[in-house]
Amino acid sequence: MSTHETSTAFNLDTVSHASDTPDTELPWAELGLKTDEFDRIVEILGRRPTAAELAMYSVMWSEHCSYKSSKVHLRQFGEKVTEEMEKDLMVGIGENAGVTDLGDGWAVTFKIESHNHPSYVEPYQGAATGIGGIVRDIISMGARPVAVMDPLRFGDIDHPDTARVLPGVVSGIGGYGNSLGLPNIGGEVVFDSVYQQNPLVNALAVGVMRHEDLRLANASGVGNRVVLFGARTGGDGIGGASVLASESFDDTKPSKRPAVQVGDPFSEKVLIECCLELFHAELVEGIQDLGAAGISCATSELASNGEGGMHVELTDVLLRDPSLTPGEILMSESQERMMAVVTPEDAARFEEVLQKWGVEFSWLGEVTDTGRLIIDWDGETIVDVDPRTVAHDGPVYERPHHRPAGQDELQADTFRASPAAQSLPATGEELGAAVVELMASPNMADVSWITDQYDRFVGGNTALSQPDDAGVIRVDESTGLGVGLATDCNDRYAYLDPYAGAQLALAEAYRNVATSGAVPKAVSDCLNFGSPEDPEIMWQFAEAVRGLADGCQQLGIPVTGGNVSLYNQTAGRAIHPTPVVGVLGAFDDVGRRTPSGFERWADGQAVYLLGVTGDELDGSEFARGRGHLGGVPPQVDLAAEKTLGEILINASRDGMIDAAHDLSEGGLAAALVEMSLRFGVGSRTALDGVCERDGVDMFTALFSESQARALVALPRSEEVRFTDMTTARRFPAIRLGVVDAQSGAIEVSGPVEGSGFTLGIDEVRQAWSATIPSRFAG
Amino acid sequence: MSPQTPPTPAETPLIGDYAESSAALTGARIGVVTFPGTLDDRDAARAVRLAGGTAVALWHADDDLGDVDAVIVPGGFSYGDYLRAGAISRFAPMMTSIAREAQTGTLPVLGICNGFQILTEAHLLPGSMIRNDHLKFRCADQVLRVENTSTAWTSQYTDDELITVVLKNQDGRYVADEETLTRLEEEGRVVFRYVGSNPNGSRNDIAGITNAAGNIVGLMPHPEHAVEAGYGPDDAVGMRAGTDGLTVFTSVISSLTSSGAAL
Repeated sequence: MSTHETSTAFNLDTVSHASDTPDTELPWAELGLKTDEFDRIVEILGRRPTAAELAMYSVMWSEHCSYKSSKVHLRQFGEKVTEEMEKDLMVGIGENAGVTDLGDGWAVTFKIESHNHPSYVEPYQGAATGIGGIVRDIISMGARPVAVMDPLRFGDIDHPDTARVLPGVVSGIGGYGNSLGLPNIGGEVVFDSVYQQNPLVNALAVGVMRHEDLRLANASGVGNRVVLFGARTGGDGIGGASVLASESFDDTKPSKRPAVQVGDPFSEKVLIECCLELFHAELVEGIQDLGAAGISCATSELASNGEGGMHVELTDVLLRDPSLTPGEILMSESQERMMAVVTPEDAARFEEVLQKWGVEFSWLGEVTDTGRLIIDWDGETIVDVDPRTVAHDGPVYERPHHRPAGQDELQADTFRASPAAQSLPATGEELGAAVVELMASPNMADVSWITDQYDRFVGGNTALSQPDDAGVIRVDESTGLGVGLATDCNDRYAYLDPYAGAQLALAEAYRNVATSGAVPKAVSDCLNFGSPEDPEIMWQFAEAVRGLADGCQQLGIPVTGGNVSLYNQTAGRAIHPTPVVGVLGAFDDVGRRTPSGFERWADGQAVYLLGVTGDELDGSEFARGRGHLGGVPPQVDLAAEKTLGEILINASRDGMIDAAHDLSEGGLAAALVEMSLRFGVGSRTALDGVCERDGVDMFTALFSESQARALVALPRSEEVRFTDMTTARRFPAIRLGVVDAQSGAIEVSGPVEGSGFTLGIDEVRQAWSATIPSRFAG
Repeated sequence: MSPQTPPTPAETPLIGDYAESSAALTGARIGVVTFPGTLDDRDAARAVRLAGGTAVALWHADDDLGDVDAVIVPGGFSYGDYLRAGAISRFAPMMTSIAREAQTGTLPVLGICNGFQILTEAHLLPGSMIRNDHLKFRCADQVLRVENTSTAWTSQYTDDELITVVLKNQDGRYVADEETLTRLEEEGRVVFRYVGSNPNGSRNDIAGITNAAGNIVGLMPHPEHAVEAGYGPDDAVGMRAGTDGLTVFTSVISSLTSSGAAL
């Protein structure tokens, strides 16, 4: 089939033409290349690039694809590793997604990616294709995708643009993810005015496979054939990654709408099943999904990871829009496409599988040993490059960075010394009212209006999902082997101290996974920052990466992959540094998972607080409620996190505890209330012991955000065994009270008369659950 | 497209390998149809297996029902549901075979969610499903009342039994003309009714119906997601402990066994 009838509509810029016309002006600046980058391309080629080559280099050397500003820092994830960290690592950073050994011959792969810029321009499609892209990364590894999660950040809840962005993003995630049959098992929803005009839409996908099914992206075997399959190539998303995700928004520039990709979840679902059948029948030698930079990326990466050569005919690409130029075809980011390398012997069987699933395909060319990536247009060569120079040898920048001028002043502005700390709640009545107010605040409120738009049951393997601490998925039905996942980041902490903030994000995700009962194994990160061209932003980035790499080393779990999203700023205003960290943990049997709330039958169980409470209100949710952001974030103690994790995991494994919930945003107050809201079961607790032991008052005990803490509920018959375990590990544990399934209330008493309060669960639930629907429903 | 072989286990990895059920207790063989875009086929097959039957994969492009004793048309978004839910799938060769067998009043057929939509599009059940009145996809635990226990799929429930299963759909609002609704009500053909608030605007709170013969049942919520403790809806016993949906599958196996069809 010929799809290029209109090829005469443009002047074909062949390699020989380029050699003959060295002085032709090329639109390299418009494509986002800097002067020295263009000069380097000319130097590599020994001539000016053709229009098609220029298109390829411009997308592949973009910030989004080349990591040119972040590379020098990201190296630490590969350098700061121990033997322990590499023990279960099957595939590390650099492939489509990292792979971790799960035992019993099973492996798990997961990754987080950003789709921030497209989701701001076109919320529905931006968010939908974010899911699509990360899921294809998982398929490319040979795995069956089994779940997704979405860490989301929006502007102020009452800002009119949030009302445009949020509903679109949520229905995009639901519309695409639900149609793929992937349960959505968690994520985050954060509102802060710093994300106005720069919402963060991150997506995590996890997949599982047998060890022998692992696939890598390389084009090996000279003479093997290269095939493009899935959706046709259209004009959508041209330069999406290079133009959109590698530049700041600015009112003076034209609308970027045409650069947003459009998703078709049905095609993706069919593609998943089709690929898995191809893998099962062992019909592909190498495979690569088409994401950012489309065919440019797939051909150059496949070729440079294999024997180094590939020869393809671009007019064989099936098109949705026959008027596309060769450069546009190379840059298009049309969704739901895959490229594979297939032996000539398997070609017929490969075609049979695709025909069975109704998936279109076209054979584009073959693997060569020339070390060159040659792309022809109707037999005339329009690209002749060393694929490594496109895929791997992009520019690397040591961007200048320095501590922001106002950072010291920011850290000196502590909550306690600020006007916001005037007249803090002290009486029981005031404290109770403050707890209700906290739970109704946008960042603590019930998010089920959002998560109920996602299918959390499909697949029949979801053991935990939002609002529990981690999402938990069973992998092997016969043994219960499974995984737990959590993503976290407190951007306010990261703003006050990016090094500590990244470690706090890691600590919280680690703690959440351990709280569910899973053993933390691996990390994936999505590093969302402002413009790397601003030395103060670059400092935030460098500090966060250093913090995360050091933290992973201390906890003994490796970063297996992730994504960097820069230029999250509009009109010179950057987002808070937002290093979202995802931690994956393993279960021998997900049947052991620990719920995050008190269940009705747990009436009378003992409630214990693990960990120490200090006076740590800076950056807290309470401070946010009073409009204050300053000081230093809570202290990081990764050794304590590790011990706490061991306690929670062992308690789950030995069946000692029946509920556990970590303390994070909103401190003990939020954790206590959330444990009651989960199943509508109350508690009676006394905080005098904590106040006395830790030297804090009721207000601090309730709202401080000290780390390495968790609440657990356990049968009285297990109390001795449990406290023996915490004592042996020298980890502070204190009995606060009991679960009360009769009262329908959360009863808290303090060290002095009149400092306690009782909140009806229904009353709190009403306030907690009204916040989000009141803005977005209807 | 030429008739194709059923999807030989492409499930890599084989989560819930339903091709090889453990030795079936009853010998009841229940087909589970897969269309492009079907999502809950593995779940339906697991439910059959947990109920003691043998799940048999049926491929939409085939027309051979083989030796199955009953058929489940599972949920999902077949063909993306871009035109109208179920509108394309009803033309599949497998649907033609199912319709032929089902209309004799003997082959038990269950349509869940998208499967219910396909059965109405195929005119095996009356009425139709349109977009939820709130216009959103909704996933929630849902209480239903079982109002007809004489169908092949509900025989082991007690009359007016309240069950909790999973609701998750975007186009789940059951509609029919007044005459049809009256007939359904008068003939006792409303099998499942929503209890509590109506989750999608369905007429008469209808969640599921049957044909006159009682062998074809369609329902919008998902009994196959409430068959295994730990992975179902919350219930009085605890988190995700709900298994009320399992009775749908034990009912059909029981009715097949007692009728001798599966022996």
